[in-house]
Amino acid sequence: MTTKEYESYYVPAQSKWPIIGAIALFLIAVGAGNYVSNLNNPESSSGGWILLAGIALIIYMVFGWFNNVITESMSGKYSHQMDNSFRQGMSWFIFSEVMFFAAFFGALLYARTFSVPWLGGAGNNAATAAILWPEFTATWPLVKTPDGTETTAMGWYGLPLINTILLLTSSITAHFAHVSLEQEKRGLLKFWLGLTVLLGCIFLYCQGLEYAHGYAEEMRLYLDSGIYGNTFYMLTGFHGMHVTLGTIMLFVMLIRVFKGHFTPKNHFAFQAASWYWHFVDVVWVLLFVFVYII
Amino acid sequence: MTTDVINDQSEHDSHDGGHHDHKMTGLKRWLYTTNHKDIGSMYLWFSFIMFLTGGAMALVIRAELFQPGLQIVEPDFFNQMTTVHGLIMVFGAIMPAFTGLANWMLPMMVGAPDMALPRLNNWSFWILPFAFAILLSSFFMESGAPNFGWTFYAPLSTTYSNGSTAFFVFAVHIMGISSIMGAINIVVTIMNMRAPGMTYMKMPLFVWTFFITAYLLIAVMPVLAGTVTMVLTDTYFGTSFFDAAGGGDPVMFQHIFWFFGHPEVYIMILPAFGIVSTTIPAFSRKKLFGYSSMVYATASIAFLSFIVWAHHMFTTGMPLFGELFFMYCTMLIAVPTGVKVFNWAATMWRGSISFETPMLFSIAFVILFTIGGFSGLMLAMTPVDFQYHDTYFVVAHFHYVLVTGALFSIFAGAYYWLPKWTGYMYNDTLSKWHFWCSLVSVNLLFFPMHFLGLAGMPRRIPDYALQFADFNKWVSIGGFAFGLSQLIFLVLVIKCIKGGEKAPAKPWDGAEGLEWTVASPAPYHTFTTPPKID
Repeated sequence: MTTKEYESYYVPAQSKWPIIGAIALFLIAVGAGNYVSNLNNPESSSGGWILLAGIALIIYMVFGWFNNVITESMSGKYSHQMDNSFRQGMSWFIFSEVMFFAAFFGALLYARTFSVPWLGGAGNNAATAAILWPEFTATWPLVKTPDGTETTAMGWYGLPLINTILLLTSSITAHFAHVSLEQEKRGLLKFWLGLTVLLGCIFLYCQGLEYAHGYAEEMRLYLDSGIYGNTFYMLTGFHGMHVTLGTIMLFVMLIRVFKGHFTPKNHFAFQAASWYWHFVDVVWVLLFVFVYII
Repeated sequence: MTTDVINDQSEHDSHDGGHHDHKMTGLKRWLYTTNHKDIGSMYLWFSFIMFLTGGAMALVIRAELFQPGLQIVEPDFFNQMTTVHGLIMVFGAIMPAFTGLANWMLPMMVGAPDMALPRLNNWSFWILPFAFAILLSSFFMESGAPNFGWTFYAPLSTTYSNGSTAFFVFAVHIMGISSIMGAINIVVTIMNMRAPGMTYMKMPLFVWTFFITAYLLIAVMPVLAGTVTMVLTDTYFGTSFFDAAGGGDPVMFQHIFWFFGHPEVYIMILPAFGIVSTTIPAFSRKKLFGYSSMVYATASIAFLSFIVWAHHMFTTGMPLFGELFFMYCTMLIAVPTGVKVFNWAATMWRGSISFETPMLFSIAFVILFTIGGFSGLMLAMTPVDFQYHDTYFVVAHFHYVLVTGALFSIFAGAYYWLPKWTGYMYNDTLSKWHFWCSLVSVNLLFFPMHFLGLAGMPRRIPDYALQFADFNKWVSIGGFAFGLSQLIFLVLVIKCIKGGEKAPAKPWDGAEGLEWTVASPAPYHTFTTPPKID
């Protein structure tokens, strides 16, 4: 083997950003804990302010930390091996995100396959149903819960279908942007990447419209409308948060593209953002199938 | 394998830039550090402090249970003690101790200059003390600390929880972030930073076990995050994931929780396998017997850990097919585990064994962990579990695998590598005292719990029927003796850091691995140029 294969691996000097990030997470947790504990009386709690301070601090940390990384990368300190570390790190991070969604999909499938039918008397639960919830009939979407809360199911046509098309399209435009970057077509790169960000924003806007529609008087589909509303809002909500994060990531990439960053060979950050975007897209497809259609 | 002792100076010469060679001094060194050895030390100290904190809570429990009746604490406070004791020992003591060992040893064992993502490594550590600060601060809140058991079953943690649940949830979120980022770092370090020539099947078994453990962590810690999030929304935002009135199911909580919880059990024992698979060959002066079978056994256990979770809930009501499926899968785990125990015994067979303290802890591990494994096999049988469920038999079982298993292996590892960390040999007499006091007291502490459980004493209850009084007295005496024995270790470690007999680069003549090719104490930066592995 040649010595070229052992380019020295860059080990950064001491950094203040992690400890700032740790303090930020601490503030977020304390603030959110306080805020949630005093939901009935939000004025009496300073939790919201602590939470905001934590979020501000973590944004400051992300800027500072990434600034260091970008500077190091552009000054040629990183080796091919370092690039691999970043790629593998990002892949496993996305895998952990997949498992986070798996918990909520698990809850949805468990409720649909087991708990709702059992409450309606399926299996050997006829007596349970007759004694506890005689009025209850098991249906999905669960528009009437055992304790009598009524709601309406969100259809799959209309906004959700438009959103599916938007997000699928954005995945394709993200891919085109990547191809343009690799072929060094900067103009096309800016166009496709900008379009991806725009599609992400439109998706979020439509998601907001859909929520407004759900919370309106005619639908009465709330977060606390029983297991259907719970899984609907938790799954689409966490997905929406990930879309928001992904859009911000892509937007930052767009700014960096305009600043002239990235080369056809060296563009890990761009690729990480685009992987993340594809992951968010796949989650949406699963959501569309299991939450809306089936 | 190279045997040259690499000294500090030649390390610094090979740096490309001048900006990461000298450590800062004082507090900033520890707050800002990106060095895997510094971070490893912080993890180990943090875990030891948490170990003593959680241990103190265990002593409150044992003091209350010394005699029947309520004498020292209120039942609610007793529940807070059992809950926080469990949370601290799992997330604050055992797991960070393993992460600390991983940080210290993995880069040296694979011949890497540091962990793959050094700044992330610092973040993974420093968020932990904050998470436990939040958890422990709930003792000073009006509502008191969490009191629903470390497994936080719904509806105890939702409908019937006290006011500190939100803080518990966010503290667990941060612990989870810490574990996931730490695990990603371990995976990337092992996949990407191995010295040229170190193929996967040439890695020390220690590295293999941490590799597989890290995958388990990445797969299940997010599920724990999802579980606590559902607890949060059920408690504060009116959702009914775990409430039948809204179409959910409290049993669903147990499924999701144990989908995390059972792999978590192996997260706390696979690294232990790695440690004793390092120490037993060293002190038997033989190669590890059946290296590749050890790798495959570890991977099999990890795989099986995902399909056995419901054996924790045989009594909660599952279809018969479920009970049988989870029973057989659970028993299947005995096969790869048996392979491991066999291999350790076969490694010692006809070896030239010497009984230094790491070896004593390792042998105790093999025997006592096997006892814990056997009681696990008993618990795996569904009809039998109906009787054992939620009794002290379960408490005996998991303390055998976690205390005489995981913890003893950590002690074995700590004694084995202390000379490498500090540059000094530890005080041998003190270490022998620590071992023998721990060994006797831990068995006095946990063995009678088997009998208590078989006789029907329920766990997590501050009072008990009179016929359990004698055993409980002995258990409590064992508990206090075991707790005090650990102070010997504290004194020993402090003495070892301050000085003592100078340790050579390789103090154990049977030891193998790259970590013994560098000086003791290990230079601040090791392997900035990778060693060559044949």
